[in-house]
Amino acid sequence: MNKIWLIVQREFLNRVQKKSFLIATILLPLIFPALMAILVYVAVEQKKNASKDVVYYVDESNKFMADTSKFIFKEFEGSIAAAKQSFQEDQSYALLHIPDFELSNPRGFTLYTKVNPSPNEIGDLEGMLENQIRELKLVKFNIRQEVLDSIKTDITIRTINVSEAGDEKTSDSKVLFGIGMACGIMMYIFIFVYGAQIMQGVIEEKTSKVVEVIVSSVRPFQLMMGKIMGLASVGLLQFLIWIILITTLSSVVLGFFGLDMPQQQMMNEMSQEYPDAQLQNQGTMEVLGLIGEVPFGYLIFNFLFYFLGGYLLYGALFAAVGSAVDSPAEAQQFMFPITIPMLIAYFGLFTFILDDPHGSISVWLSIIPFTSPIAMMGRIGFGVPAWQLFLSMLSLIGGFVFTTWVAARIYRVGILMHGTKINYKVMAKWFMMKG
Amino acid sequence: MDALVASRITKRYTNHLALDQINLTIPQQTIFGLLGPNGAGKTTFIRIINQIINADEGQISIFGERLQQKHIGSIGYLPEERGLYKKLKVGDQLIYLAQLKGLSRKEATEKSKTWIRKFQITDWWYKKVEDLSKGMAQKVQFISTVMHEPRLIILDEPFSGFDPVNAQLITQEILELKQKGCTIIFSTHRMETVEDLCDDIALIHKSKVILEGSKKKIKNTFRTNTYTVEHKGPLNSTAVFELVSQRNLEDTFYRSVIKMKQDLNPNQLIRELTEITEVHSFIEQVPSMSEIFISLVKGESHE
Repeated sequence: MNKIWLIVQREFLNRVQKKSFLIATILLPLIFPALMAILVYVAVEQKKNASKDVVYYVDESNKFMADTSKFIFKEFEGSIAAAKQSFQEDQSYALLHIPDFELSNPRGFTLYTKVNPSPNEIGDLEGMLENQIRELKLVKFNIRQEVLDSIKTDITIRTINVSEAGDEKTSDSKVLFGIGMACGIMMYIFIFVYGAQIMQGVIEEKTSKVVEVIVSSVRPFQLMMGKIMGLASVGLLQFLIWIILITTLSSVVLGFFGLDMPQQQMMNEMSQEYPDAQLQNQGTMEVLGLIGEVPFGYLIFNFLFYFLGGYLLYGALFAAVGSAVDSPAEAQQFMFPITIPMLIAYFGLFTFILDDPHGSISVWLSIIPFTSPIAMMGRIGFGVPAWQLFLSMLSLIGGFVFTTWVAARIYRVGILMHGTKINYKVMAKWFMMKG
Repeated sequence: MDALVASRITKRYTNHLALDQINLTIPQQTIFGLLGPNGAGKTTFIRIINQIINADEGQISIFGERLQQKHIGSIGYLPEERGLYKKLKVGDQLIYLAQLKGLSRKEATEKSKTWIRKFQITDWWYKKVEDLSKGMAQKVQFISTVMHEPRLIILDEPFSGFDPVNAQLITQEILELKQKGCTIIFSTHRMETVEDLCDDIALIHKSKVILEGSKKKIKNTFRTNTYTVEHKGPLNSTAVFELVSQRNLEDTFYRSVIKMKQDLNPNQLIRELTEITEVHSFIEQVPSMSEIFISLVKGESHE
């Protein structure tokens, strides 16, 4: 036990003393918000500064009414051929040709441009034309605008969770969806990144031939466990730093710039112009309130538990693969079966777990230890019955005890084998081998 | 008390028998040569001593006790497939490896500093192993093998990768360790090393010990009663010896290889020779370890 502790320490120090660890740990929580802030800023600036494009049009139907909210329209009097001619010499953006069309079968609209137009711009133009034709049709069929307006209805469902204790909690499935997705993706990435690091470490020990010296002092099992636990402690330290950094940073940022955020400014301006926007603003506040209601402590605890469990489960398998091969390239073929359950859970997350978190497949995926770390993180926000959580945790613990046992039997033989051609049959033989 | 006694050690792998009823006795404070062609089972045997793998049958006792976990600290092992952590600094590396052998951090630091000073490589302490040359890394590796003061040191091909100067240094260290009371097991193919250093040897071939004993005794048993004689005038076989080969050196001087026919001692042979020729030199042809090795291994494989 004392020796495992020595190895844990060594592995921990090896990783933590590296510059790359420091950079990743401190910069990552800064980079993501910074990137997002930059993107939002650029997008806002672009919208603000964008001047409207000039679109010439030739209207042969005499039905077109220029809507100037998105483009500046200038009518060209004359034939389309002449219009094309002058468009060539002009600075304008595009030339829209509206032929004399049948209202029942509107066709033949053409846009001439010098550069390829973006789908957004095409969409804007199409939308505008569709609206106009719809209005013309309304007139034709003698339907008044008020009648149409009264048909339109807008309903928002407020969802309330009723817990067994009878408490009512407002919930918003969109927020939960987002949390589930973020946690699931993070889990997937972390298990992979840390698992790959274990494998890398084992291969390094094997190729540098230091392993035989080490196993003459410690049992192979101790070496493997020391390595896995050492890396786990690095991972936990990294999380801890991230949680502290993110919470302090976000509270500082919100407290300091909170009132000056561009969106909020825009919203304030809008609310003066349009009283409607006030409602929207209220909606935003409600979402913020809901985020505040999410039990982050519970979430973090579960995330850490499933990270550790999933990491130990897969880490042992990654160690076994690393022990069997002589190079990372060779490891590729054995990675595949390990990644399959992870991929199932990962794609399941997007296709059905988040959409139907209480469906039977979702429930089973969140209990089976190979998929549960990702699947359960996807479900956890939506509220998981205690017995399912308990069963899932228990089977995860059982799962990693099992994979560690299997992996250790392969590992102890594999690390001493050089230059052997490895396949599953050979690994099975190693597994069966006596000490 | 012997340093190591192995009795009926057997190790079976799925397809073959790696060790078949190995019996070996390694006396204390000797340099013991463990010889054998590739794949004979030497490494398997060494791994069993190091408790890296377990024997299927038989048992090993070390300094009179049955081999157990606690003996890890009294064995130093330099494997043939050796290496160090490339990214780790020399100092940290030595301390870590010594700690794994059971030394406290304080002891490990002291011991590694002593050895570093002894080898006059103090300025390597903060260097990473990947920045050292192969020979330099080998020195560090040797220190890591012996720094925890093991009573039994196992060296698997210790001189591969060493330049002659370093090989000389390591040889000195090995002899010094023997003086201090250590027992050293050498596993090697290099017969000159065996010739120079080993007191006792065992030859493992095809999973069995086919030869064991002190070097002197073994050489005696392999004496062929052949002598090289330089003499004046040609020589012919007599009733006492048989002429194996003869070569003219210069003028009337010849060098002949002769083999005694009867069970005589060398003095009697010289007496016989002086009567028929003028003897200029007389040397017994003692078989080298290399010759013994080859004749045994080849002889076996012809069977």
